[in-house]
This record gives sequence, structure tokens and C-alpha cells, in this order.
Amino acid sequence: MAEPILEVAGLRKRFGGLAVTDDVSFAVAPGGIHAVIGPNGAGKTTLIHQLSGTLRPDAGTVRFAGRDVTALPLQRRARLGLARSFQITSVIPGFSALENAALAVQARSGSSFRFWRPAAAEARLNAAAMAALDQVGLAGRAAAPAGALSHGEKRQLELAIALAMEPRLLLLDEPLAGAGPEETERLIDILLGLKRRYSILLVEHDMQAVFALADRISVLVYGRVIATDAPAAIRADPAVRAAYLGEDEVA
Amino acid sequence: MSFGLLLVQGLNGLQFGVLLFLVAAGLTLVFGVMDFINLAHGVQYMLGAYLGASLASLTGSFWGGLLLALPATLASGLVLEWLVFRHLYDRDHLSQVLATFGVILFLNEAVKLAWGTAPLQMAPPELLAGGITLLPGLQYPAYRLAILAAGLATAGLLWLLVERTRVGALVRAGATNAAMVAALGVDIRRLFMLVFGFGAMLAGFAGVMAAPILSVEPGMGDGVLILAFVVIVIGGIGSVRGAFVAALLVGLVESLGRSLLPDLLRLVMAASPARQAGAAIGSMLVYAVMALILAVRPRGLFPVRG
Amino acid sequence: MGRAWLPLLVFALLAAAPFAGLGEGYLLTILARAMIMGLAATSLWLLVGGAGLVSLGHAAMLGVGAYAVVALDDARVTEALVVAPVAMAAAAVFAVATGAVAVRTSGVHFIMITLAFGQMAFFTAASLAGYGGDDGYTLYGRNTLAGRRWLEDRLVFHYLCLGLLAAAVLGGRALLASRFGRVLRAARENPERVRAVGFSPAPYRLVAYAVAGGVAGLAGMLLANATEFVAPSFLAWQRSGDLLFMVILGGLGSLHGAVLGALAFVLLEEGLSHWTQHWRLVFGPLLVLAVLHLRGGLAGVPGQIARMVRRG
Repeated sequence: MAEPILEVAGLRKRFGGLAVTDDVSFAVAPGGIHAVIGPNGAGKTTLIHQLSGTLRPDAGTVRFAGRDVTALPLQRRARLGLARSFQITSVIPGFSALENAALAVQARSGSSFRFWRPAAAEARLNAAAMAALDQVGLAGRAAAPAGALSHGEKRQLELAIALAMEPRLLLLDEPLAGAGPEETERLIDILLGLKRRYSILLVEHDMQAVFALADRISVLVYGRVIATDAPAAIRADPAVRAAYLGEDEVA
Repeated sequence: MSFGLLLVQGLNGLQFGVLLFLVAAGLTLVFGVMDFINLAHGVQYMLGAYLGASLASLTGSFWGGLLLALPATLASGLVLEWLVFRHLYDRDHLSQVLATFGVILFLNEAVKLAWGTAPLQMAPPELLAGGITLLPGLQYPAYRLAILAAGLATAGLLWLLVERTRVGALVRAGATNAAMVAALGVDIRRLFMLVFGFGAMLAGFAGVMAAPILSVEPGMGDGVLILAFVVIVIGGIGSVRGAFVAALLVGLVESLGRSLLPDLLRLVMAASPARQAGAAIGSMLVYAVMALILAVRPRGLFPVRG
Repeated sequence: MGRAWLPLLVFALLAAAPFAGLGEGYLLTILARAMIMGLAATSLWLLVGGAGLVSLGHAAMLGVGAYAVVALDDARVTEALVVAPVAMAAAAVFAVATGAVAVRTSGVHFIMITLAFGQMAFFTAASLAGYGGDDGYTLYGRNTLAGRRWLEDRLVFHYLCLGLLAAAVLGGRALLASRFGRVLRAARENPERVRAVGFSPAPYRLVAYAVAGGVAGLAGMLLANATEFVAPSFLAWQRSGDLLFMVILGGLGSLHGAVLGALAFVLLEEGLSHWTQHWRLVFGPLLVLAVLHLRGGLAGVPGQIARMVRRG
């Protein structure tokens, strides 16, 4: 296996007496989609927070692109090329779709302590932002205010912002959350297109989508990773089936 | 600088602290439960002092003034809530700051119109007119000790009310999660009005008690308001316990800082600049303490919300 | 830019005022004060409307600028070309020192901590016995400009204030449209998103705080020259409240709202105080009504009218 892009070792987080992340270790290889699944309350959200840098673990390390980033906050990890999307859509509603993406381009191209020249007139920022919108099929809505986009379009914009960062790893937190059947289909198509070019860590609730997309899957149950394997092996794993007993999605 | 002076200044500080607590308690409850910044809370204190002073001279007794002023400040709080504040609960903090600022402008001016600009006097009750000997040769006004006792007693009652009653439980729950309380089927508007009126009355009570030792004048609520804000920010917004600790801290820092700093500075510099610098540093000491505490604990000493 | 007519009209009226039969000295004095408050309100707008930082201590920045004039006047330095940069730098330094703590907080805590720093500045000013303490300090005279006593000429002072105000509005617009301004505006709307793409909002906010402080310091320098007198009351927290009111009265939708708000505020205050000594009795409720009902501010009024007309 190639040098992992993301490597989590012995991660622990307790809230009061409850171990929400309990000695979690796994590695994400570059290229393709690595999914993290788990029943409700498995600690997926807490894990995402620790991976993206909005929550400090009690113990353990997070290594990203060969570097220990455990102590770095969200914005520093983002600068290193870790782009996250949010479960609850997080865009800048007053900005146009293009400007949302352009802000992400701006973050990786030169200083933003420039006070005079209008940012909206910077052709290089706009071109890269437009390319990102195009990748998720949102180029036609570039001028629309993000606040006026439909829910599905906002999910696409969320992806475009992450792509505009030219990330080394996309950390997608339930990108299909709240999307209707048609929107889900479109988003899955987009993700299938993206997995050829990007390394993606996907945390997702929708089992069908995960098994359609993922190259590897880690299963999180009560804060522990009980298995990490290829989708077919995960599907057959008795421990995973036991964890999902009563939830027929895995079948 | 003797032990006696230190004792007197310490008592003054504590007594100022409990007055601040009475004002800050309403402010922090209102903020905690309703997420509402009320700059006009200081005018309740001023109204309490004015109503207490004029009702006392009308009835010829301190107690008459006190007993009549309490329902009057309660009523004024409820009227303001009904007229202005309830329209602001779902607005942003900026709108709340400005609208309640407008209420201050109005009420400060209305007080000038009603009572004139000259300070009013209010005599302490005869029962407490004398002094009490703390140390041989050191007298301390009985009335000031009574303020301290009354303030501590009120703080105790408030603690019982908030920690041990159903309404108190709702108020505490509201400070943590107002939506949850509303979802429990509690009439949140009634709860808001209750907390508001009660807070206004506490501030009015502080105003009446302060009237005999301070000059009652327009704008007297503004200074207290700012310090009460310092108190609730240091204590942690929404926390009554935090407000109590912070109020005593601020009272002591104010009183001891202003009185002792000039003496302390004289140890290292000449008398006249020491007096000046001492007074300057003394009056901003509480703000420096607040900045320091916020720099270390941005959410105050006893943060309520996680 | 169909909406540009309103600010253009206002600036044109201000430019024409000395020739419009309004040449009475008294009115020009008021207009100068209105434009100076407009400059201060513009700087506060950058914080509130641009960065989402609601400061209740902005009068302190103005005061630091005004006291810089006092300190230099006391040292017999009266050249505006020296005084103005010093006033701006002093206010900006004060802003950086206090902002370094303040921008770590947000929301209500930011309001409170800026209020606290404002009070510290107020008490410091009141304790400056050498500069009159509580009673304030009367300048020997207005500053000179390039060695000449131009600032004493009403017309020159009028156009100086107007020019600086226009420059501040244009400069503020450019700032908000720049890369820097884009990060600032984004962080106002959604700081989490801004962090997620790799920006830490705090340094941007701190720089904005310093810039706004510097501009307010310039306004303070002009105000000291306009009144030839400086007192701690310039720094009172109520003055910070006034500035916030101007910003909101004008409207957070656009930067020139601050200018409209300041003009309306000062003219209203003057008009009412002519009419009755108890003008605050009217002014206070007006403020409450403006907050409750004039949500887009004065700058939003033409748009509202246009919508009503279109609806028929």
C-alpha cells in the first residue's frame, strides 16, 4: 500500500463518562473513496470533528500527508490540503456561487492581505472558481446568490468549494444528507466522477450510496472501528451484520 | 494605611458589590433566559431610587417609600416589557442594544422633567441612623451594614428561588436551552414577563437602598449599568452564581482600588502624581480585571452555555 | 449601479450647501459636525456592516484622536500635516492593543469588551489633570495646514471635511471589495466556512479594527478642530451608542448609509434641541421606532419606495 494520505492512530475522546471515540485507528490510502459508516450514535460526527480539527482528541494522533496535525486547528489543516464539507450545508449565503468558490481559491493563491484591487475582478480566481463549479455541474448557476440555491444545489456548491481548495483529501460529512431521490442520484454521479481525481474520506448514512461508491469501508460502532475492508468483505462480515441487526440497509 | 481603613473599605466594597449583584441578577437572568441585552436595566435602578426618595418624603417614612417603590418598579418593568422589549426578543443583539439605548435617553430625560436636575436626598430609617463600633474608635454606619445584610439575604432568597423551585428550574433550563423549555409546553412569554418584572424589581430595590447613601440624580443608572455588565460578563452570562461572585469581586476591586492605590503608589512616586495616577488606575481597574479574565476565559468564570 | 444616485445626491448637496443660500455660519458649523460624525460612522460601519463586529466603544477611537490634538497642542505642535497622522496612528495603536483581546471574542462578549475598553479610555481621559481632567481642554486655536491658518476658514474646513468623508466612503468600498474585504465579509456571514477553506478570521478582523480606529482617530482630530475644545465626554459610552445609532439609522445595506445616518442624526438632534430643551424625550422614542420599523435604514428607503411603486 502506498503511503497513506490520512492516518489515525489510537484516537480517543470522552464526553463525561462516555467514550465517544474509543481507540480509533485506520489509514486512508490515496486515491478513491474510503467510507466511514456506522449506526446512529456510533460517533461519526465526533470523529469528523477530530479529523478536521474542530475538536481536540484526548489521546492519539492524526497524521495528514505524512505530518502530525493533531494539534492544528481547522484552518491550518485546510491550508495543508484537507478540505471538509459540512453535514448541515455551510456556504456564504450573501455571496454568489462563484464568489463562494473564489474565496476558497483565494485561500491557496497568494496573500489575502490585499486591500485595494477588487477581488471580483481577479480573472485567475474567477477562472479556477468557475472550473470547480463546472466539475459539480453548477457552472450555470455561478451568478446566483448562494442563499437562493435549492438544497441540492447547495450540496453541490459545498463540494465545489472543497474542490476549489485543490485538496489532497476531501473529507465529506454526509454529503447526501437531506437530499431528495433525484438530487441524491445527481450527487452520486458527481462523486463517482470525483473519485477518479481525488482522495475522498466519506462519512455517510446512506448505505446504498456507500456501497455504490466506496473502495474501502471502515465500520464505526460505539466509538470503535470494528472492521476496515473492501465493500464485499464488509457486507459479509458477521460482526458488522450484528451491529446493524434490525437495520436492513446492509442486506 | 491601617487595618481599620482596610476594614472600612472592604465593607464598602462588599456593600457596593451586593447592590451591583441585585442589578446584575436581573440583567443576567434576562439575558440568560431571553438572549436579550437590556441596556435600559440601569434606569430601573434609577427609577427605584427616585420613586423610593419621593414616596418616602410623601409617606414621611423610609419604609413607606421602600414598600411602595417595589411594586412601582415592578409595574414599570412590566410596562416597558409590554411596550418595547417584547418586540425585540427575536431581533439581533445590535437592535436590542440600540432600542434599549433609546429607552435610556427617554427615561433619563423624563426623570429630569419630573424631578428636575438637582439631586434628591433620602434619609435612612431612624432605626438604622446611628453607627456601630467595629473596632475601638472605629464607627461604621449601621445603614450600610443593613444594606450588606439585606443584599446577602436577597441573594440567598434568589438562590433558593432559582435552585429549589419549579419556576427556578424553568429559568435555569431556559438559560441553557430556551427552545427546549418552549417545547415542554411552558408559556415562554409568561415566563419572560415574570423574569423581566422580577429583574426590574430587584434593580429598583437596589436603587431604593442606595438612595440614602448616594445622591439621587438623572443618569445615576448608567454607571451602575456598565458595571453590572462587567459583572455578568466576568461571571459568565446567564449565571446567577457567577454574577454573585463577580459582583463582590467588582465591588471590592472598585472600592479598594480607588482608596488604596494612591497610597500604594506613593511608595514608589511623589504624592501628587501618585494621587492622580492612583485615581486613574483605580477607576479603570475593574475594566482591566475584566479584560484579563476574558483574555483567559472568554466565556467568563461560570459559563452557562457549553 | 442604479443605486449610486442617492450618495451622489447627498454629496452634491453637501458640496452646494455653502452656495445654496445656506451660507449662514451656524448651519455650516452644524454641517461640518455632521460630516465629521459621518466619517466616524463610516469607520464604524466598516466594523459593523463589513466585519460583523458590533463595537460599543468606538467613541474611544474618536477620543484618542481628539486627545492627540490636545497633547500636541499642549506641546505647541499645531501643524495638521503632523497632527492628523499622529492622531490616526494613536487611535490605530489603541485599536490594535484593545482589539487583540476583543477579536478573540464574538457576539455579546465583543460588545461588552469594547464597552469596557471604551470606559477605560474615558476614565483615563478624565484623569489627565494636565489636559483639564473632567473639565476638558480648550485649544489655543485650530491647527494650521501647511503653515497657513486655512482650517479657520469655514469654507476650507467645510470642503476639507467633505473631501475626507468622500475619500473614506470610496476607500471603504474599495477595501470591502478587495481580497481582504472578501474574507472579512465572508467571516461575518459564516466564520466556520471561512476557517474550513483555510482562513483564520481573527487577523483580518484585527486589521479591520485598526483601520476603523485610524479613520475614527482622524474624525476625532477634525472634531477637536471644529469645536476647538476636547473633553472626556467625547469618549462617553453614550457617544458610542450615538455612533451605532447613526450606522443603523442609515442602514447596514450599504456603506453610504453611515453618512446618511450621521447627517440625519446630527440635523435631527440640532432641530429638536432648538425646539425643546428636553429633546431626548422625543429622540429616544424615535430611536426605538427606527429600530423596530426602519429595518433597512434610510439607505434602504429608496429601494422600498421603488418596490412600492412597481407593485402599484
